Amino acid sequence: MIASGHAGVVSILAASPEDQELFVVERQMNGASRRRSVVMIVLAALALAACAGDDPTNLARVVGGDVPQNSLNPAGPTAAKVDSLFWMVLWIATVIFVLVTLALVFVVFRFRERKGRSRTVRQLHGNTRLEIAWTIIPAVILAAVAVPTISTLFEIRAAPDPEDNALEIEVIGHQWWWEFRYPEYGFTTANEMHIPTGRPVYLTLTSADVIHSFWVPRLSGKRDAVPGRLTNILMEADEPGTYIGQCAEFCGLAHADMRQRVFAQTEAEFAAWALAQTEPAALPTEGAAAAGWETFQTQCTSCHAISGTSATSQLAPNLTHFASRTSFAGATLDNTDDHLRQWLRNPSSLVPMWPERNDLAAGRILGMPDLGLTEQQISELVAFLRTLE
Amino acid sequence: MTGNRGLWHWLTTTDHKKIGKLYGVTALAFFVVGGVEALLIRLQLATPNGEILSADAYNQMFTMHATTMVFLVVMPAAAALTNYFLPILIGARDVAFPRLNALSYWIFLFGGLFLTLSFFVGGAPDGGWFGYAPLSTQVPEVVRMDYWALGLLVLGLASVLSSVNFITTVLTLRAPGMTLMRMPVFAWMATVVSFLLLFSLPIITIGLLQVYLDRNLGTAFFSAAGGGDPILWQHLFWLFGHPEVYVLVLPAMGIVSEVLPTFSRKPLFGRPFVIFSGIAIGFMGFGVWAHHMFTAGLGPVAEAAFALTTMFIAVPTGVKIFNWLGTIWGGSLRLKTPMLFSLGFIFLFVIGGLSGVTHSIAPADSQQHDTYYVVAHFHYVLFGGAVFGLFSGVYYWWPKVTGKLLNERIGKLHFWLMFIGMNLTFAPMHILGLNGMPRRTYRYAEGLGLDLWNLVATVGSFTIAASVAVFFWNAYRTAKRGEVAGNDPWDGRTLEWSISSPPPEHNFDVVPVVHSEDDFWHRKYTEDASGNAIPLAASAQADPGHPETIHLPSPSYYPVLSAAGIFVMVVGLVYLPWGLSVVGGGAVVTLWGLFGWSMEPLTREDHG
Repeated sequence: MIASGHAGVVSILAASPEDQELFVVERQMNGASRRRSVVMIVLAALALAACAGDDPTNLARVVGGDVPQNSLNPAGPTAAKVDSLFWMVLWIATVIFVLVTLALVFVVFRFRERKGRSRTVRQLHGNTRLEIAWTIIPAVILAAVAVPTISTLFEIRAAPDPEDNALEIEVIGHQWWWEFRYPEYGFTTANEMHIPTGRPVYLTLTSADVIHSFWVPRLSGKRDAVPGRLTNILMEADEPGTYIGQCAEFCGLAHADMRQRVFAQTEAEFAAWALAQTEPAALPTEGAAAAGWETFQTQCTSCHAISGTSATSQLAPNLTHFASRTSFAGATLDNTDDHLRQWLRNPSSLVPMWPERNDLAAGRILGMPDLGLTEQQISELVAFLRTLE
Repeated sequence: MTGNRGLWHWLTTTDHKKIGKLYGVTALAFFVVGGVEALLIRLQLATPNGEILSADAYNQMFTMHATTMVFLVVMPAAAALTNYFLPILIGARDVAFPRLNALSYWIFLFGGLFLTLSFFVGGAPDGGWFGYAPLSTQVPEVVRMDYWALGLLVLGLASVLSSVNFITTVLTLRAPGMTLMRMPVFAWMATVVSFLLLFSLPIITIGLLQVYLDRNLGTAFFSAAGGGDPILWQHLFWLFGHPEVYVLVLPAMGIVSEVLPTFSRKPLFGRPFVIFSGIAIGFMGFGVWAHHMFTAGLGPVAEAAFALTTMFIAVPTGVKIFNWLGTIWGGSLRLKTPMLFSLGFIFLFVIGGLSGVTHSIAPADSQQHDTYYVVAHFHYVLFGGAVFGLFSGVYYWWPKVTGKLLNERIGKLHFWLMFIGMNLTFAPMHILGLNGMPRRTYRYAEGLGLDLWNLVATVGSFTIAASVAVFFWNAYRTAKRGEVAGNDPWDGRTLEWSISSPPPEHNFDVVPVVHSEDDFWHRKYTEDASGNAIPLAASAQADPGHPETIHLPSPSYYPVLSAAGIFVMVVGLVYLPWGLSVVGGGAVVTLWGLFGWSMEPLTREDHG
């Protein structure tokens, strides 16, 4: 099992400036969360002192807010439509619940049999008018709810208006990571999606193995990624920010560790990012990094691709701009040298996987195997991966 | 009769009451197993990044928790009460096919043991109780999901056989005057459940067979690469799976419909409406399955259609709730333990029903689907509903089955602990789900805001465990020194209270002639002009009849033998190709059992 502790602090230092800013915002939110932070920092220090391990899964640093995957805190029009519909129905349900419960409690107290006071009970067998009433009234309420339900349904399931110039992204689920392809730009990345704000994003989902479900609650409801089928999500982020989510359809061993991060950026920032991603990798020519590239070619290319090189396999995440990502391993681990080293020593020690069940010929990949690398090879590989800006 | 208690007697019994007891004891044993699985799950999730279970062990736990609770606890617990009381409630001396009844039980038991066996031979099923393809067919060399597919096939066979049996019993063995509309509502709901099983199980049977063939013979029913379709499995599974939900909850609704009138000293309000709403739920239950697939990409037209059908299944459910309120309205409520569980059922089921309506809002479901909000919803329905209803039935009928009353004070402690524990466990899960916690995740990260409510839920789950321990203590204490119940401890309304506790083997010395609904109540009371209940003077001693001349089904060891052969066969089917020889051995045993059965003389010469 994974070495766990509470060293969120370590990760904060490693996070990008943008993330640090968000973290500061969160810190200022309220006293309770500040107290919790103090406790966390103390715990973190203790954990550091004890084993120098860290918690690779702590997400507080990634994104602001106490509940970053809150489906009731919409940050875009799709999620907002769903949210308002849900609250309307929840209020109606709450009123019905309160009325029925009050009736139940009233009857129990009013008609409770008290000791020594038996009374004759009128044997009421029914009342047809009442039956008709409590059949028709709920049906009418439900019919009223059905109208906004169905109109919202068709709105959120609609294809984008061509005039809106939606950004198309192809989403492919894998055990246990996400592949994102940007056909407009011709590059492929993994686990971290960048989108522009104020422009609709149209996701087309499918899967390379089993059924997954793409879910970033603050942006939209989830949609399954089904092998052999294409499904869609139309979503949009109102404001720049980091929005996190995770796979929502049980997809096997490490389902819980199949996460995703969506970075919403201004149009200009997004364009700059996309342009950089479109560039082929600049391969190192000397030093440890060059040695790492040699090792990479013998050990990694049967699964990983780096565009502009002979490494083209699609079985595992495309690493062309690996160093530009904040995380890896299904967005579960922060992209730090320490994590990378630990990962290269034995991937299954950080995220549970079943590489022994891999069948490359059949395209069945259930994890990255332990490659038996030497410490020197690992250092060189890390140096190489760091050059993949 | 000799050897009434020996092992051989229990193995060969064809008495519906003894088979009912076997179902009941087995269901309670598996309730403990499924409960321990639940506690392990909750321990793992008590804190972020829990390390009690590995991911692999966790996936086995949640798969087996659901499979156990659905197929090995709630269904057999309902089967226990149906077996024991359905014949008595309609004035019959046994079910229509007593040996088939025994066969159903033994197939069920062997199916449960077969699933349990998987724990000891390489791990239990780990693909979820819903076994979504192609995950369930992905790794054929690991046989866990073969155990799951074959286990469910065997359990399904048991349920189909008992459904045929119950339906035939209700249609052919009702006492004179027991018209269908005079049948107690529990008998009605058992009948509806039997029809639901009869029509839904063949669907899952085909699906499970296809999973098995995809895994073992390389067919590609659910493989997109092979021209199959993973979504097809979802349709087959939920076309069974949603009626199955009503299979689990309708017996509890039947129990509540018996308990509330008895403890209110009033007849069931709107009786025909309660019965017909149960039938309506049964029919509509077949038309809502795709609401389990609102995120699968069926397209807005199909989603809208299933959203509508799902919303409107709330109408007959509401009719039942309102009629129950009408039943207790104006009654004289005795808040004994069975009544508390039934009232708890109403409260909890209303919550589960209303959260169910929020799922029918397809756009909202795109957020809630596969989150803990759904887990909260169906535990309110299946724990707050089915389990509370079943415990209501257990406390209600315990004195009839054992002759002794469960202790009231301990019973009330059981109820309140379970009620509080249930809400502590499952209410926070609504929040967890809306806060973005997906189901079936063996760990959650820190910083997601999920820590507090997960810890509360874990505390709640141990409160439930404590309440179950209290129940077992009550049962033990009652067996040792319980109060003798007498024939009619609750001033009951239906026929089971007219006979001794426990009932004689032949149930009725004289087959009763039924004159009205709640016939036994009408032997004790009459109504004056304004409908008030007036006690009647005790009637003259009834005709003692001639019990010694009553024909009863003979014991037979062929049912258990046939079922054992089926067990051997499915074990062999897991381990193809060499297992084929084992399959052959099992087939010989089953054929031997069935052949001997068909040759068995109908009446033993030594009887009477």
